[in-house]
Amino acid sequence: MLASYLTVAAMLFCIGLYGALVKRNAVVVLLCLELMLNAVNLNLVAFSKYGVVPSLTGQIFSLFTITVAAAEAAIGVAILIALFRMRGTVNVDEFDKMRR
Amino acid sequence: MFNIAITGEFVAFFTLSAIMICGAVLMLSLEKVVHMVISMAAVFIGLAGMFVLLEAEFVAFVQVLIYAGAVSILMIFGIMMTKHHAVEQEPSKPLHQTLAAIAAISLFGILFYAIRTTTFPEQQQPFQPGEDNTMAIGELLYTGYVIPFELLSVLLTVAFIGAIVIAKKEAD
Repeated sequence: MLASYLTVAAMLFCIGLYGALVKRNAVVVLLCLELMLNAVNLNLVAFSKYGVVPSLTGQIFSLFTITVAAAEAAIGVAILIALFRMRGTVNVDEFDKMRR
Repeated sequence: MFNIAITGEFVAFFTLSAIMICGAVLMLSLEKVVHMVISMAAVFIGLAGMFVLLEAEFVAFVQVLIYAGAVSILMIFGIMMTKHHAVEQEPSKPLHQTLAAIAAISLFGILFYAIRTTTFPEQQQPFQPGEDNTMAIGELLYTGYVIPFELLSVLLTVAFIGAIVIAKKEAD
């Protein structure tokens, strides 16, 4: 059963990676990052039940990850709003001021 | 490889993973950004169901509260404050898209191969979730993990104050 959970988590992670690399709307890129973090959470909780030494530690770790992901989402949206105010776009291709 | 007994857990697992993967693929293929956020909410709720299946009830409810509630609403706010009717236009760089697809698929191939070939050692003892999952997690948080817990609360406060300061309109 552990292998099935790990496979689903790997699928979600790869879909999130593809979306984060391809999508151009910055909100969607943030969403894809959340998807990748969620896949990691699924791994942590699956190992906390089916791992060699099952314990609640994996669940605690996943709670910590969820907290950091929430902070990341808030900061990301705030930066996005500030950037939109300055540049008038949410397209990640056009945020290239540091490259020039 | 496919000699899986059809049990209740397997059926629930299969349904939930189908919901999650459908939601994730829809998220990639839908056009309007708001619809993408809604399909992401389906993924988050499916993941919460999977946590219930793994006997992590507290994490499941935290998942519903934080992800399906707060993060989705935050993203919708982000969309509403930037472009109302944002539509994801077709990427103009097919080479970039193909390379990203190859990278993602090959990463999945490597991971799948590793998962399938690894022999996970036997469990030393079966998982004991405790009588009350929430209470057990609370006790563990306030005994063994109290310093990371407090550090994390400081991080969260700093992050949210920082978010307010960044998003605030310039004083005029």
